[in-house]
Amino acid sequence: MMELVCPAGTPAALRAAVEAGAHAVYCGFADETNARNFPGLNFSREELAEGISHAHARGAKVLVAINTFPRAGAEAIWHRGIADAARAGADAVILADLGLLAHAAEAHPDLRLHLSVQAAAANPDAINLYASAFGVRRVVLPRVLTVDEIAAINREIDVETEVFAFGGLCVMAEGRCSLSSYVTGQSPNMNGVCSPASHVVYSEEGGDLVSRLGGFTIHRTPKAAPAPYPTLCKGCFTSDEQTGHIFEDPVSLDASHLIPQLARAGVSALKIEGRQRSRAYVAQVVRAFRAAVEAEAAGQPMPASALARLTEGQAATAGAYAKTWR
Amino acid sequence: MPAAELPTMPRALALAIRPLPLLPLSVALGAVARRMTRSHPSMLKRLGDHGGKRFLIDPTDLPFVLLMVPARASVTALRRGERTAHDARLAGPLSAFLAMLHGAEDGDALFFSRDLTIEGDTSAVLALRNAIDDAELDLSAELAGAGGRFGTLIRRALERTERATGLALHRMDDHGEF
Amino acid sequence: MDLTVGPNFFFWDAAAVRQFYRSLADAPVARVVLGEVICSKRLPFWQDEIPAAVETLLAAGKDVAVTSLALITLKRERRLTADLIGMGLPVEVNDLSALRHIPEGAPFWVGPLVNVYNEGTLRWLARRGAVRVCLPPELPLASVAVLAAAARELGVAAEVWGHGKLPLAISGRCYHARLHDRAKDSCQFVCGEDPDGRDVETLDGQKFLAVNGVQTLSQSTASMAWQVERLRDAGVDALRLSPETGDFAALCRGYADRIAGGLSPEALAARLRGPLSDGFLAGSAGVEWSGVRA
Repeated sequence: MMELVCPAGTPAALRAAVEAGAHAVYCGFADETNARNFPGLNFSREELAEGISHAHARGAKVLVAINTFPRAGAEAIWHRGIADAARAGADAVILADLGLLAHAAEAHPDLRLHLSVQAAAANPDAINLYASAFGVRRVVLPRVLTVDEIAAINREIDVETEVFAFGGLCVMAEGRCSLSSYVTGQSPNMNGVCSPASHVVYSEEGGDLVSRLGGFTIHRTPKAAPAPYPTLCKGCFTSDEQTGHIFEDPVSLDASHLIPQLARAGVSALKIEGRQRSRAYVAQVVRAFRAAVEAEAAGQPMPASALARLTEGQAATAGAYAKTWR
Repeated sequence: MPAAELPTMPRALALAIRPLPLLPLSVALGAVARRMTRSHPSMLKRLGDHGGKRFLIDPTDLPFVLLMVPARASVTALRRGERTAHDARLAGPLSAFLAMLHGAEDGDALFFSRDLTIEGDTSAVLALRNAIDDAELDLSAELAGAGGRFGTLIRRALERTERATGLALHRMDDHGEF
Repeated sequence: MDLTVGPNFFFWDAAAVRQFYRSLADAPVARVVLGEVICSKRLPFWQDEIPAAVETLLAAGKDVAVTSLALITLKRERRLTADLIGMGLPVEVNDLSALRHIPEGAPFWVGPLVNVYNEGTLRWLARRGAVRVCLPPELPLASVAVLAAAARELGVAAEVWGHGKLPLAISGRCYHARLHDRAKDSCQFVCGEDPDGRDVETLDGQKFLAVNGVQTLSQSTASMAWQVERLRDAGVDALRLSPETGDFAALCRGYADRIAGGLSPEALAARLRGPLSDGFLAGSAGVEWSGVRA
C-alpha cells in the first residue's frame, strides 16, 4: 500500500491524524527551522517526544521537518533540531539544505534522511546527487512534474519518491521562491513562512474585502464571494490590459483521482499538505485518503464519494500532474 | 473542506437573551475561562506573546460581544456598539465559533467561506485559533464542571439545546461525548 | 571589488545578443556568464551567437563561464547540461543537478539561483570544486558578511547581486503563455515581445512584479549603488550586473566608477531606470530602497 504521510501542526492534530489512519505524520519544532513557522503552531521538544511515543504505540511513524535553510552564523539552531529529533526517536528528518544534509549524514549516520520538497529536486540527476552524497532515502518531489515525468524519474533512481496529493499548492518551484520576502522580508527559505499573517491587513472598502500583504493589494473580493488568504502567487493582478490570477487561481491541489496512476508511476508515499489546518480538517482528509489508498492497493476503484466531499464548494486542481496546467 | 451549513441562532432565542444583565454573564464567563486556562495550561504557552492581546469576539447573531484576554483569563460581555479597544476582532455567527472551538469545523474553511471575518492582528488570531484547536476544548464539560453539583443537570440542558439549535456545544471529534 | 555580468534572463533575438556581447568587450567588467538560464526552448534561436561571443570576450581579457538552466526537468535539458561540460569553459551551476555532470574536483561557479544560505553549504560546494559563488539576492548584509568571510577561508570568490530586476521565482508553468492563453508547448515564444519582462501591477496600480516565461522577477531594479562600501567592508569580491536593454556598457562604466570612488550613489542611481530597490540587503523587505524615491 502507498504510505500516507499526514500533517500535524499540533499534538492534537497528530493524534487525530494517527487515529484517522495516517501511516506517517510529519511535524516540526516551534521555531524557524521548519517551513510552517506560524503563530501558535508546532511542537516543543517534550510535545514531540510524547507525539512520537503516541504514534509508535499505534504503528505510525513520525517524520520531523527541519526544512528551512539555516541562517549564516546560526547553523547550531538547526543542528540542535536534528539532534533533538533523533534523540526523541523520529523515524526520519526531512531536510532541504545541502550543508544541513552534510551535517546530518556525518553526525547522525543512523538517522533516515528524506529530501524536502524545498530542495526542489526535479530530475534524476538531482535526486541521485542527494542519494549518493548524503544517503538520502526518500525524495519529496516538487510540484512542477507531470505523472509521466514522475514515472520516468522513478525508472532512473533507487530511492523512494513521495508526492503531494492534497492541499495547498505552490506554483513556483519550492525552496526557490523569494516573492514573500520581497514584500514582507520573511520567506519560506529563511523564516519558514510565506505571505506571513503578521504582514496581512484586511479592510472593507466600498463593499469589497481588500487584503494587502506588506502594503501590496493581493485581492479585492466582492461581498459574499469566497475570501482566499492573501498568498502572493494566488493574488489578482493586472498586466497591460489583462486582470486576473496571473500566476495561479486560488485553488487547492486534489490528486485523489490520480492515485492509481501515481502508484503505477512507482510513487511510494502520498503527502497531504496542511500543518496549518485544524485537527478537524486533518482527520477528515486523512480518513478519506486512507480509504483511497486501501482501495488502490486492493485494486478497487477510488471511493469517489468520500473524496468529493472534501473539495466540494472549493476549486481543486490536479496541478502540474496534468500537463495542461503549464 | 466545505463549511457545512451553519445554523444561525433562532431569532426568538436571541431576543430572549437580549435583556439578560451582562455583569453576571461576565462573571460566569470569567469563571469558565479561568477553569479552562487551569485545565489546559498548554493553551497559554502555545499563544506565547499573543496571550496578552485583546480579542473582540463578535457573535453576530447575539446581542452582545465578548472581549477576551487569554493571559488574564478574562472574558467581559459588552453591548454591541460599545466602543472598546482591542487588537483583533473576529465576527461570525455563534455557531461558527462553537464549531471551531469544538473541532467540528476548520478555521481556514470558515474564513474562506466568509462565515468568519477577521480584522486587526491577523497573527494573534492565527495563534488563538491554533492554540484552541490543540487544546481539544469541550465547552459542555467545562460548563458542567463549573456548575459543581448541578453539573449533570447543566450537561443535560446543553445536550437538549444542542439538539434543538444545531449549535456545536460539545467536542465533536471522536472523543467528545454527551 | 570588480564586476561580473550575469547571464541574460530574457529572450532577445540573435542580433540583439550579438550587439550586447560585442559592447561588453570594452566594458570595465572582469567576467561574463552567458548561456540560457530560463527556457531551453529559446536556445535554438540564439545559440549560434555563443561561440563568437565567447571568442570576443576572451580576446578582450574577460573570464567567461557558461550557465546551466535554472530548472532542469526534460531529458533534452539534461543532455544539454551534460554538453555544457564539453565547451571547455567553467560552468555556472544554477540548478544543482548540473553537478552530476561535472567531474568531482573540477572547478565550477555557483549562480544566484542555487540556495547558498550558510557556511555548511558553502563548505560542501567548495569541497566539490566551487571556486566562485554568487550569493542568493535574498540574503541580508549580516549573512553576506558571514558567508564572504567563510568564502575567503575556503578560497572561494564571493559575489553579490549588484544590479538588475531580482530573480524571485522559477516555475514549471509559463506565465507568458498563460497571459496569452496558450499552452506552454505552443507558446509561440511570446516572451520575446518583452525584452525586459512583462510588468505586473496590483489592482491598485502599484508597480509590483515582472514575468519572463517561467520566471518571476521584481519590477524594481535592485541596485547596490548605496551599498558598495558596506559590501567591500564585508569582504565581497564582485558585484553581479544582470543584463537589460539600453546602453549596458555605460551602465557597467557607472558601477565601475562608483566602485573606484569617482561617482556618488546619488549620481549612479540617477542614471538607472526606476523603481530601484536594495531592501533584501539593507531594508526590512526586498522592495525597499535606501535612496530617495523618484
